[in-house]
Amino acid sequence: MPEATVILDPLAIQRALTRIAHEIAERNEHSAEVALVGIPVGGDHLAARLAKILAGIWNHAVPVGILDTAMHRDDLDQRVAPTVHPTEIPFDVNGKTIVLVDDVLFSGRTTRAAMDALNDFGRPKKIQLAVLVDRGHRELPIKADFIGKNVPTALDEKISLQLTEAGATQDEVILKKK
Amino acid sequence: MSWTKKHLLDIESLTAEEITTVLDTARGFKAVGERAIKKVPALRGKTVVNLFVEPSTRTRTSFELAATRLSADIVNFSTEASSFKKGETLKDTALNLQALNADFIVIRHSASGAPHFLSRVLNAHVINAGDGAHEHPTQALLDAFTIREKKGKIAGLNVTILGDILYSRVARSDIWALTKLGAKVTLCGPATLVPKTFEQMGCRVTHDVDEAIRDADIINLLRIQHERQRKTMFPSIGEYTQLFGLTKARFAKIKPDALIMHPGPINRGVEIDSEIADCGRSVILEQVTNGLAVRMAVLFLVNGGKNLTETAS
Repeated sequence: MPEATVILDPLAIQRALTRIAHEIAERNEHSAEVALVGIPVGGDHLAARLAKILAGIWNHAVPVGILDTAMHRDDLDQRVAPTVHPTEIPFDVNGKTIVLVDDVLFSGRTTRAAMDALNDFGRPKKIQLAVLVDRGHRELPIKADFIGKNVPTALDEKISLQLTEAGATQDEVILKKK
Repeated sequence: MSWTKKHLLDIESLTAEEITTVLDTARGFKAVGERAIKKVPALRGKTVVNLFVEPSTRTRTSFELAATRLSADIVNFSTEASSFKKGETLKDTALNLQALNADFIVIRHSASGAPHFLSRVLNAHVINAGDGAHEHPTQALLDAFTIREKKGKIAGLNVTILGDILYSRVARSDIWALTKLGAKVTLCGPATLVPKTFEQMGCRVTHDVDEAIRDADIINLLRIQHERQRKTMFPSIGEYTQLFGLTKARFAKIKPDALIMHPGPINRGVEIDSEIADCGRSVILEQVTNGLAVRMAVLFLVNGGKNLTETAS
């Protein structure tokens, strides 16, 4: 049984998302231009939660989409084919400020794939990145604009996000040693 | 659930989970076809060879478009232009294609087992696009995809496959796929073309068409394969239509939400009435759209299966 530590409990996740939402609101003056795009698995649910909090701050609905990154990955030749999740972008991305939402920022390769995938839908005015956890070990020149928690990790550790929307009994971010 | 197979040779050797993985993956690829930019870079730099040693337009075109939309390069190698007529063996032709660094060989062949043979002699990924009367796996996958999309499930549904079962690779692949996913499959057609031995595959065989279609949620019609069968299998086309065709009179008696499927090409007025083929309950053209998504999913999945199961398909 690998050693597991809870690094964010339900309340800490809630507080982190509330703070990220306020930071998004502070950074983006023109709220009507902002849309959130979540990266499955995990980021899609977080994007929906952030949209709800932002709607309360801005007093208007915030568009939310889901973006699959599997088809744009750079490691398709070196691995078993990744799970493909249907992409749903129910708005025009042209001219919008897109906030990409992911659960964990690690190598940065998923973010790169997401930016490529998003370009197939048009040309956003800006792309920003919000993550619940930044665990370091970047392999590309990518950094997040909004971070819930910085967690220094070893390469062989694994971070997983459990959310009630995905069937977990409670929200949690867990760090496991392999 | 992840996919670890290097080739797609048949449905018989797949598990229900593997079939479901293809269907789930295809959902994502179907959405790609609905965008303004219908292309993703997943197979950029790869080469796909369409080795069609038996005529086919729709399957070849579908694979061609699937490969193109995945950013792969595709070469069509058909019987007309090939060296087969000059006496080259299938193995030599395939080795020549592999020498050109083809990554995928999509093969259609009149001999059952030709794709399995190639998978043993080549390093490339082999995809069966129909071999003799054996299997046509991507057709079964697109049929299952269409049923699941339209009905929301497959388990528990009554699926009737009507027509030439004996010579049909589509029927064999469909039977494997649908029974593995929990559907109740009934086969119907002239006794000469629907032998009782098919019951060994886990389905029901009947020669009473009215009984076969009465409770069906899905009616899958198959074309009479004139090119494959002897002339003596049934007396005449007119009699076939009268006894087994989906006529307006029979259509009036089926379940109101039953779907009509056909792998194409359809013979209007033979196995299916022309108006029924065009009606709202016919999903024949959606099958074509879904076929593209399923073939993209298959190419994408087998690409990840390298170095994993080299020999065990």
